[in-house]
Amino acid sequence: MLAIWILVFREVLEAAMIVSIVAAATRGVAGRWRWIGSGILIGCAGAGLVAAGAEGIAGALSGMGQEWFNAGVLLAATAMIGWHVVWMARHGRQLASEAGRFGADVSAGRRPLTALMVVVALAVLREGSEVVLFAYGMLAGGSASDGLVTGGALGLLSGVAAGVAMYAGLLRIPMRHFFRATNGLLILLAAGLAAAAAGFLNQADVLPTFADPLWDSSWLLTDDAWLGRALHALVGYSAQPTGMQVLFYLSIVVLLSGGARLAAPRRDAIAAVPTPST
Amino acid sequence: MSKSVALFALLVMSAASSVSATEPPEFRLVIRDHRFVPAELKVPANTKIKLVVVNQDATPEEFESHELNREKVVTGRGTIPVYVGPLKPGRYPFFGEFHAETAQGALIAQ
Repeated sequence: MLAIWILVFREVLEAAMIVSIVAAATRGVAGRWRWIGSGILIGCAGAGLVAAGAEGIAGALSGMGQEWFNAGVLLAATAMIGWHVVWMARHGRQLASEAGRFGADVSAGRRPLTALMVVVALAVLREGSEVVLFAYGMLAGGSASDGLVTGGALGLLSGVAAGVAMYAGLLRIPMRHFFRATNGLLILLAAGLAAAAAGFLNQADVLPTFADPLWDSSWLLTDDAWLGRALHALVGYSAQPTGMQVLFYLSIVVLLSGGARLAAPRRDAIAAVPTPST
Repeated sequence: MSKSVALFALLVMSAASSVSATEPPEFRLVIRDHRFVPAELKVPANTKIKLVVVNQDATPEEFESHELNREKVVTGRGTIPVYVGPLKPGRYPFFGEFHAETAQGALIAQ
């Protein structure tokens, strides 16, 4: 049962970290829990479908279907976060300055929330499909099923608890820095997902590694350690990344922070926006 | 214009094919009763190899290794190819994530 608990917790933790960042980044947006909840539900349904189609995916593209599928899911999530970050840079400051009237402006918030709903759905789908495959294997193998139910439930609950704790922690960031902090976290999250995608493309042998590994920091923090896992989910930590993964990571950081800077309205333009008090 | 596009396509294709020009030597790794057989597999160092992971169990498994940067699900009674290396000489542990208590193994590159 302990093994099941740990395995389920691990997968749920990764998805929960992503959901907690998304939840924090959409603080104050009306109807966000509905979007996040929909993302989770769609992700769960998708996880079942992916697990059911695991054999087909594995056999596709001369045995490299899994790698392409994972890379595709990860890059799609990266793109959606990128879209949101750039959109927020354009409109976020305006939204923050009109925070009191947020509810009235749902239509303005709808576009990036769709993007983040997709991010949540993809995260849940990716981690969830492994849990479903694992659980299916346990049932098919005839292993004790109460261990599966108890361990699975405990794993799910503790994973969600970790996500809630992370979210509560993020909310303690002072309001002045809040959206800059969550936007920064979203950029690092996107970079980590892109680096993971590069890892799968390395694994599929379609991209060169440049260096494998580029460095080895496992003496400091292994991928196996809980902190290593949490940091992997949050900011894409890897103890032994390939050169290509680091290149993907840095490219996304540069692209998104540069894109956000370019998209941000000029200061004089902001000053020109009439304040609600007049 | 179309000539440069064609040239570019050719370049991309040749770059892609140079990544996997010749089929690397194959090594078989079997999963049986949630264990890897053999648990230690000797492979040549400094060359790319193809691991063929054959799952003889009815239950799915995930072949995973941090040291090799590999993570791949193999379904019940399924077979997956895993390209590895070129590796520097050394020991590279791997495990089956779904049954990590028993499914432990390592590649010995020499």
